[in-house]
Amino acid sequence: MSEVLDLPIPEQAACVARGEISALALTERALGRMEAHGGLHAFLYVAREAALAAAAAVDQKRARGEPLGKLCGVPIAIKDALCTRDAPTTCASKLLTRRNASGTAGSDADSGWRPPYDATVVARLRAADAVLVGKTNMDEFAMGSSGENSAFGPMLNPWDSTRTAGGSSGGSAVAVAAGMAAGSLGSDTGGSIRQPAALCGVVGVKPSYGRVSRYGLVAFASSLDQVGPFARDARSAARLLEVISGADGHDSTCADLPVGAYEAACDKPVKGLRIGIPEEYFGAGLDPAVASSVRAAISALESEGCSVHPVALPHTRHGIATYYIVATAEASSNLARFDGVRFGLRLEPPRSNLETMYGKTRNAGFGAEVKRRILLGTYVLSSGYYDAYYRKAQKTRTLIKQDFDRAFETVDAIAAPTSPSPAFKFGDKGSDPLAMYLADIYTLPASLAGIAGLSVPCAMTRANDSQPALPVGLQLLAPAFEEERLFTLAAAVERLTAPNGPARPPLG
Amino acid sequence: MLACAPLTMAITRETVLHVAKLARLELEDEEIDRMQKDLDNILEYVNSLSELDTDAVSETTQVAVSAAPFRTDAVQPSLSHELALREAPRSAGGGFAVPAFVDE
Repeated sequence: MSEVLDLPIPEQAACVARGEISALALTERALGRMEAHGGLHAFLYVAREAALAAAAAVDQKRARGEPLGKLCGVPIAIKDALCTRDAPTTCASKLLTRRNASGTAGSDADSGWRPPYDATVVARLRAADAVLVGKTNMDEFAMGSSGENSAFGPMLNPWDSTRTAGGSSGGSAVAVAAGMAAGSLGSDTGGSIRQPAALCGVVGVKPSYGRVSRYGLVAFASSLDQVGPFARDARSAARLLEVISGADGHDSTCADLPVGAYEAACDKPVKGLRIGIPEEYFGAGLDPAVASSVRAAISALESEGCSVHPVALPHTRHGIATYYIVATAEASSNLARFDGVRFGLRLEPPRSNLETMYGKTRNAGFGAEVKRRILLGTYVLSSGYYDAYYRKAQKTRTLIKQDFDRAFETVDAIAAPTSPSPAFKFGDKGSDPLAMYLADIYTLPASLAGIAGLSVPCAMTRANDSQPALPVGLQLLAPAFEEERLFTLAAAVERLTAPNGPARPPLG
Repeated sequence: MLACAPLTMAITRETVLHVAKLARLELEDEEIDRMQKDLDNILEYVNSLSELDTDAVSETTQVAVSAAPFRTDAVQPSLSHELALREAPRSAGGGFAVPAFVDE
């Protein structure tokens, strides 16, 4: 029997629904792979008991002849920034672990904060009969592009373990790429789903701002954050997005708009779709192999009847500066809640006053990048600098958004690289935070504009014969709430560039 | 609109300490030096925005949110007292306990 866990998600759910495999057997298979590939450090918490119980419940439901959900028995991994009532949630930060006996921050996620409720997206997965197998590793509080900012150590790229998996949702990308879960959820504030998807060779979707509820997502930058799915193919990601999307009374920024037929969109022809190519995304700094792979995928779409047009996004190069003002300002405000009072770590030396407790707790609990961004955000919001930085960035955000508005007057979607390079080596960006920020140059503008984005694998590349092959991601962008177009195009890219199915990393 | 502050201000050690105090971060000495250097580099980079003329541009504070919805003013189920306090590092008298901060 072929490995059910490697089938697209709709087929896995169908296998369980037809009784060809039990949810329990499928879950045990996933847990087995999670153990076998534990060295990749994709997971901060393995929800073995809860997953087995959830799978058994699905099997009982089937035995009773009850209707089964769209994800029945399918093993799904959850980024550790999403609240789960039965599993710890740490955001890969020591701040969300409890103080141990010696008074130092906890060293592993097992002592992590236990949320009293589920994120809306988590509740929707459970309602669709998905089996949640664990919480995935990430850059601390979703701040990073390599996983190197996890307080518990980085996740490794399954294609080459000397390279990063990208970030911040790196663990969710690795879990799917290595076949430990059929799908996963991540969060994308400036590229945190699309970039690790590209670097790990899976599909990652950054839905339009307002498409998916943020209730229960630990907030980083509230005007940018969006939850989205990872899967090995477009159709699987489409099913996940259909399950998690839609209005939510717990999040007033979640739009009350009908959820699209994303899965059906994967079967639509691409003929006649107008694709815009922004030359600003093909300039200096782009790896030549990534450029040629992306251009080849676009040519393949053209051969299927798409028309290709140049579009101008002239404010692209201001995306990084704009983002690192807007996002850090919002983060400095959001992360004020981690003060040692209601949850997580508390450092309270004898005779502490409240301010000492705040200051010591936060300094011990947050890692260097989180502190750097809190300081930057506090600075740009502080008296005397607000106009020069924060107000200025809100205005350049308007210019970046207007670039896309104009482009979408003449094209249906935009195609570009997701990341300027394939997966990079650990330590490659050195200790300069700016060098790491530049890795997000192609994903930040869409986040600032709030539009829909997706990364789909389009090629494998290798620097030379002694290097392992690495995946390349094609980024597709569409106007807000036009995710269906992304799935139509992504499914076509898969058929054209990987007719035998997604490439698999060389794991034992 | 207010005139913009000059965008060439270098970050001093005092600035880092001031901002850290606002952010309630009790930085170690060596962290202060590191943050001073990093913030200075990052701000130098983001100063590139000053080349854009944005006098006539409106601000974008959020996207896709048309209006804040209303709900009826009715009691909804919420967390139990016990569950709300479960993760507190210290609680007392049915509330979150913190160090004293009012002079007696």
